[in-house]
Amino acid sequence: MPAVHDRGGLPCDEPIDRAEHEWADWEHVTNALVGVLRRHGLINVDELRRGIEAMAPAEYESVSYYERWSASIETLLVEKGILSQAEIDAVAATLAARWG
Amino acid sequence: MAHEHPPLHHAERGKRATRILAIQRLLIDKGVITADEVDDIIERARERTPADGAKVVARAWVDDAYRARLLSDARGAVGELGYRLSHDAELAVVENTADVHHVVVCTLCSCYPTSLLGPPPDWYKSFAYRQRAVVEPRAVLREFGLEVADGVRVTVVDSTADVRYLVLPRRPSGTQGMGEDALADLVTRDSMIGVAQARPPKP
Repeated sequence: MPAVHDRGGLPCDEPIDRAEHEWADWEHVTNALVGVLRRHGLINVDELRRGIEAMAPAEYESVSYYERWSASIETLLVEKGILSQAEIDAVAATLAARWG
Repeated sequence: MAHEHPPLHHAERGKRATRILAIQRLLIDKGVITADEVDDIIERARERTPADGAKVVARAWVDDAYRARLLSDARGAVGELGYRLSHDAELAVVENTADVHHVVVCTLCSCYPTSLLGPPPDWYKSFAYRQRAVVEPRAVLREFGLEVADGVRVTVVDSTADVRYLVLPRRPSGTQGMGEDALADLVTRDSMIGVAQARPPKP
């Protein structure tokens, strides 16, 4: 079985959906954070890719494009000890409570 | 190949939007990055559009020596026009001719010449495009309204994190004598991915 990210040739009878969505703010931020972290030499593209490819297959397939990037950024920052899982969880909980 | 680590269940940790904004906040608060750097990258990302790739194509259409350089050393040739590519990946330009039509996909992810085209369209990142383009390219191209004649070979190029591809579309007929700027207006994003031809000139 190929890994979940290796999509080439997997059976698919769906038409190509050509609708474009406008990036949400968090998607701009996700894209930009990769750029900034690369500029600082803290992550590289291959690491970003590895973080995406390490996602659980069901999650990889069910979330959106920048959700995969975002998940990988979190994995890498925690792995490298730049941020801790606990502090990310805490700030995310605070933001979620504030925003509802 | 088995993964060394157990699967990571990010989805169970709450909404991604909230989490990435939490990460941004923490990185800024800790002084790892600055808010200005994030804004700068967001701004620069907005400035990149397919108009840049179109200028490269138009130059190649009017200047045979430039076209040869573009096909053999894309990084150097786009650099002549002031475009700096990231050093993570090489760029390769593939030329459409009367005999061969190229179309680009990234089956593994979404690798794309962002420096020249801006961010990829959503469909380029979709599972349907990534899965189908390599097995039934003519059917996929037909969905985009492009019928490739039977005598023309369709070549699918699969991008990787190391090499990104830009298609040099065929110069439309009836464009003799047109200047580079007018020619560049005929070069669409989709024609540089290979799912369309360049636009015909206005009559």
